[in-house]
Amino acid sequence: MTDQSTKNLSPRQASERVALTIKARKRKESQFLFIGQSAVAVAIGFLILLFAGILSKGIPGFFQHYVTLEVQLDAAKLDPTGQMTIESLSQGDFDGAVRDSLYLALGNPEGRKAKRDARKLISSGSSQRLMTYVLNHPQQMGSTVAMKFAVDDDVDSFLRGFISRETSEADRRISDLQISYIDILDAQNRLSYEISDYLFFGSASRDAEMAGIFGALIGSLFTLLVCIILAFPLGVGTAVYLEEMAPKNRLTEIIEININNLAAVPSVVYGIMGLAIFISVFGMPRSIPLVGGIVLALMTLPTIIISSRAAIRAVPPSIRDAALGIGASKIQTIVHHVLPLAMPGILTGTIIGMAQALGETAPLLMIGMVAFIVDVPTGVTDPGTVLPVQIFMWADFAERMFVQKTSAAIIILLAFLVSMNGAAIFLRKKLERRW
Amino acid sequence: MIGALYFIAGQRAALALRSGNVGKLHSLPHYHGIWAATTSILPALFVLLAIVIGKNLLFQFWARDYFPQDVLNGDAVDRAIALAKVSNVVDGIDFGDVAPWVQSAGDAWIRWEANAIIVANILVLSVSLVGGFLGYRRIHPTFRSRNNVERILTWMLIGSSLVAIVTTIGIVLSVLFESIRFFKLVPPQDFLFGLEWNPQFEGAERAGSGGGTATYGMVPMFVGTFLISAIALTVAVPIGLFSAIYLAEYATPRTRGVVKPLLEILAGVPTVVYGFFAALTVAPFVKSVGESMGFEVASESALAAGLVMGVMIIPFISSLSDDVINAVPQSLRDAAYGLGSTRSEAVRMVVLPAALPGIVAAIILAVSRAVGETMIVVMAAGLAANLSFNPLDAVTTVTSQIVTILVGDQEFESAKTLSAFALALMLIITTLALNYFALQVVKKYREQYD
Repeated sequence: MTDQSTKNLSPRQASERVALTIKARKRKESQFLFIGQSAVAVAIGFLILLFAGILSKGIPGFFQHYVTLEVQLDAAKLDPTGQMTIESLSQGDFDGAVRDSLYLALGNPEGRKAKRDARKLISSGSSQRLMTYVLNHPQQMGSTVAMKFAVDDDVDSFLRGFISRETSEADRRISDLQISYIDILDAQNRLSYEISDYLFFGSASRDAEMAGIFGALIGSLFTLLVCIILAFPLGVGTAVYLEEMAPKNRLTEIIEININNLAAVPSVVYGIMGLAIFISVFGMPRSIPLVGGIVLALMTLPTIIISSRAAIRAVPPSIRDAALGIGASKIQTIVHHVLPLAMPGILTGTIIGMAQALGETAPLLMIGMVAFIVDVPTGVTDPGTVLPVQIFMWADFAERMFVQKTSAAIIILLAFLVSMNGAAIFLRKKLERRW
Repeated sequence: MIGALYFIAGQRAALALRSGNVGKLHSLPHYHGIWAATTSILPALFVLLAIVIGKNLLFQFWARDYFPQDVLNGDAVDRAIALAKVSNVVDGIDFGDVAPWVQSAGDAWIRWEANAIIVANILVLSVSLVGGFLGYRRIHPTFRSRNNVERILTWMLIGSSLVAIVTTIGIVLSVLFESIRFFKLVPPQDFLFGLEWNPQFEGAERAGSGGGTATYGMVPMFVGTFLISAIALTVAVPIGLFSAIYLAEYATPRTRGVVKPLLEILAGVPTVVYGFFAALTVAPFVKSVGESMGFEVASESALAAGLVMGVMIIPFISSLSDDVINAVPQSLRDAAYGLGSTRSEAVRMVVLPAALPGIVAAIILAVSRAVGETMIVVMAAGLAANLSFNPLDAVTTVTSQIVTILVGDQEFESAKTLSAFALALMLIITTLALNYFALQVVKKYREQYD
């Protein structure tokens, strides 16, 4: 039918017919283009939304409010035995010293409730901070020094305007009396809004104003260290074997299938394997960076293998032939010629794998790296936590300030990831050779 | 350290030999050094590894001597509990009074531990000294140390590639064994087809206080998983696919150079960040919008988790589809243009059908990714195992249940703990089946263009 009708059309008729549809087709064309552009726009919009949300919450998280107090460093009270060591200082009444200076600034409040309310204005970590200061500046003993102490997280929220004065006293977390104290401190210009040192140098804490990422950062470092020590040689070794030496047999095929399957296994399953094998069977302790690193190494292995293989494959065969031709052995060819030439590609893949490991949370939850650990780990066998897990734990806390600190920690994590990926892109651009 | 010493000694020896009769040495001196070093390090490393791994198993076996008869006669649960008691003593965890046999077993264990360290040190040192010495002795002008070193290196490379197999076996075994134990407690058909998931009641059931029975039906979780994945895909597939088409067919190289890395940033964001975003920003937003339209929305709705997961998957779909579309040969497009089709017609009628198997495979891989995703659902989806297809309800997923059950302290041999392993088994089977399926689609329907 259609064949017949087209046959009977003269060229003129045909072009007229086409001309009739052209407008509709052009419209369809621009609609299609518009759909494509809006898809990209939506995707980038999501990206902007994500980053804007985190940045807007996170930037305030880098700051917190401090109150400046003049503390009298009375040797008799702070260091009763006078040895100026940690042991002797820990018997001193630093709490009292901070408290007295606070009462002084507030004009000596009377009554138990007033005093308790006043005490709750500043962070409970203040005495620790004073003690560290005294330990580092023993010559200041006996004088009066002005020190900055973090305010309590509720006071911080009030100062940021999250807690309103208009709310009735029963509904807000700070009392009217405390607000009047804050006004007194403010009138004396004692309050300041500064970059939070607790965020960078503090460890895990239930008190939002003292919580910091230092311990988690060190834990991440140890975990990544274990991960790279294991994953890099294993990954490169596997890639070299599969690309350069493996005979085409059943075993090689099985290895290749296995690597592809491992790349598809959900990360949480690696955690289960870590729990069942390293912790239950081998009896390794929970929550240590060593086990975390091993699990992450196994998880990133496929990434490293696949990119290393691609890099090795990209080295032209003429190089190998030349090396073999002047009498180098197979291994010498690989070690002296192929590997150095493939190294930029291998390193790129490794960095990307490490970035993946740095951001991974689920398998580490399984092996118990969620424990609440205040001490900063000093080795791979000390219990610790890592940055993403810290973010996960903080995200569960309800305090307003934790939301900001979580976002601040996310910004730090993203900064690490972006710089790692940037380094990978830089390596690829700078060192890659086209043959 | 000893290895380094032997390296120097071996190289020295070889150099000395060479100075005597130049040109007679088979291998270069440093190969002799490496040879001596490996003979000292490798066996010592194996011994160390064997001690570290075998120590605990051996001690557990020895500790049985201290167990009273009734524990030995009991089932695996009793023995596991007894062992846990002993290891508590070893770790110095005090739970009040302990039975005398536990205390003595714990003390013995601590003693063994101390001895093991000494034995390990002596053994490792002596093995490395002896091994190194034997290697050193063999250095001789005619000794083919390079060949030997290379042979060892080859075996090490083979060994490292076997790690992939070992890992797979490890994953399968760890999940399989516990799953089999779970299926002994709970019949498989109850698990596979059960419509209720209620492991919390286990404690009550064991204590005999009534209050409900624990049920282990995995259907609600799989429904939840696929509900969230479906939401994620309805977000990700159109956006990802059309972005890929735009980038591959329309965008100028400059636009492409800017947009592609931007999309890849989305792929690089850690999932915990997405989870935080979903729980804190998207979920309340979905709730308030839904309620303003008169729907009842759970505060941890499947919709919020699915939306964010969709954003996470966009770059996955777009970059895979982009590759596939780029792989369609230019001649096909040229032919379409030659017949007078517009760009969009060429894409819809020629390029997409040609790329379809690859795109379908990409979507299947994205599903497998969504099913295995953990952190977003742990943080943003609920824990209540509702059997619901309503995206506004709170549902739970396989991965979030695994995490909830296995994080923190677990009870020994309880069906609840073991159920997590059975769920993990199902998860692995699902993802691997999806990946296999994707591979088959590509294999079967791919057109070969030359």
